[in-house]
Amino acid sequence: MQDPIMPVSILPASQVPAPPILQVSGLHKWFGTLHVLQGIDFSVAAGERVAIIGGSGSGKSTFLRCLNFMEMPTSGRIALDGTPLGRASAGKPDEVRYPESELCRVRERVGMVFQQFNLFPHMTVLENAMEGLVTVKRMKKAEARERALRELDKVGLGNKTDVYPGRLSGGQQQRVAIARALAMEPEILLFDEPTSSLDPELVGEVLRVIRQLAEEGRTMLLVTHELGFAYHFATKVIFLADGVFHEVGTPDEVLKHPRQERTRAFLERFTEFSF
Amino acid sequence: MDYAFDFALVVETFPILMRGFLVTLELWLPSLAIGLAAGLVLALARLSRSRLLRGGSLVYIELFRDTPVLIQLIWFYYAFPILIGVQLSPFTAALLGLALNTSAYGAEIFRGGIQSIARGQWEGAKALGMRHADMLRRIILPQVFKLMLPAFTNRAVEVAKMSSLASVLSVHELMYQGRLLSSTYYRPFEILTTVAVVYFVLIYPATFLSMTLERRMAGKG
Repeated sequence: MQDPIMPVSILPASQVPAPPILQVSGLHKWFGTLHVLQGIDFSVAAGERVAIIGGSGSGKSTFLRCLNFMEMPTSGRIALDGTPLGRASAGKPDEVRYPESELCRVRERVGMVFQQFNLFPHMTVLENAMEGLVTVKRMKKAEARERALRELDKVGLGNKTDVYPGRLSGGQQQRVAIARALAMEPEILLFDEPTSSLDPELVGEVLRVIRQLAEEGRTMLLVTHELGFAYHFATKVIFLADGVFHEVGTPDEVLKHPRQERTRAFLERFTEFSF
Repeated sequence: MDYAFDFALVVETFPILMRGFLVTLELWLPSLAIGLAAGLVLALARLSRSRLLRGGSLVYIELFRDTPVLIQLIWFYYAFPILIGVQLSPFTAALLGLALNTSAYGAEIFRGGIQSIARGQWEGAKALGMRHADMLRRIILPQVFKLMLPAFTNRAVEVAKMSSLASVLSVHELMYQGRLLSSTYYRPFEILTTVAVVYFVLIYPATFLSMTLERRMAGKG
């Protein structure tokens, strides 16, 4: 078993700048009178791995959740593969309407793994991994089964297919959730604090799976408090505070040589973390 | 106690009670099925984003829950001809009354069930790209059925007993036959005891089935 925090950033990252597959411009999010995201411009190229860090309430989860429209942006546009999503109403460029069918297509392409797993308790592990394929992609059962089994094997749970999620440990549940997302073959994977609700001894098995996905060159965004993992996982680190990107750079730049006082103060609170 | 229970009378009148039993079944099962199906639609209206649907369904539900069923049944029989000029048969009026009353209670069961499902279940389904209708059908409602099975059983039992009120509209169901026989023979003790036993035999299998289902489903998940 490999150590989960072995560097992956030493893997050959694509040096040629790829065109962005995800582009965010002028993103604002209000919850009532609370201005959670205060104008974010950002883009992700294929193969990039972005770690988003920041204190609680900084807006990092909200930012991630806007990318697959689990939260609707209050204003701003998001583009996938250069195509802006939603339709702006004439005269009011801030009012963007999103038809359900378009959001569904986006979510098929941008998968998500949640802090609380959100597995379906009335379905077995295999049924969980097949659900999106059968219901959303209208795939034949046999074909869906095959693909779901492949992904469950990949996360090391090929032997738990007929078990219900309630019988699994948190780490196993999160790995099923990852397999469920992978089965959809998304172009981008979003991880929203995937290890935050796990017992410490179960964190490693989940991080190992994420690391393995990094080695495959997948495009991923990860909101995390595991700074050590972020350092080795990411090609780019974003420090979010008060709804804006305070500092963006390579893991070395942001985590080891932060230029902003605010970033430094945040990092100092993680006394136990070392690279 | 020197009262002699007249078993011969029970045997003699039993075929007539059985005819009533069949009519009770014909009232019970359809009104339960229609009521719960309509209840689901009403619950979705209660939870919808449209204020009109929310308001309308709320008024409907409260009207049926906050007035006596007996009046509702009589109302469908006597008020319908006056209001819309359609005279329903006693059976249809009773069936309609029972079904609509059941739909109001069913709606509240469904609504409570849907609201008790954690938000994460919706999100997990949404993140896979599911449409709202698919989320309900595949993820939310199967969990609601399981969670609410005891409440649905309660409703089924209530409706079975409520169907006896149809006797006031002279629907020839079990209670009607029982009352008719007991006043014909002046033997209410024998007849009504038998009627009660028949109701029990009708209802108990339903609760037994539900308990079995609950136990089997508790094994999962």
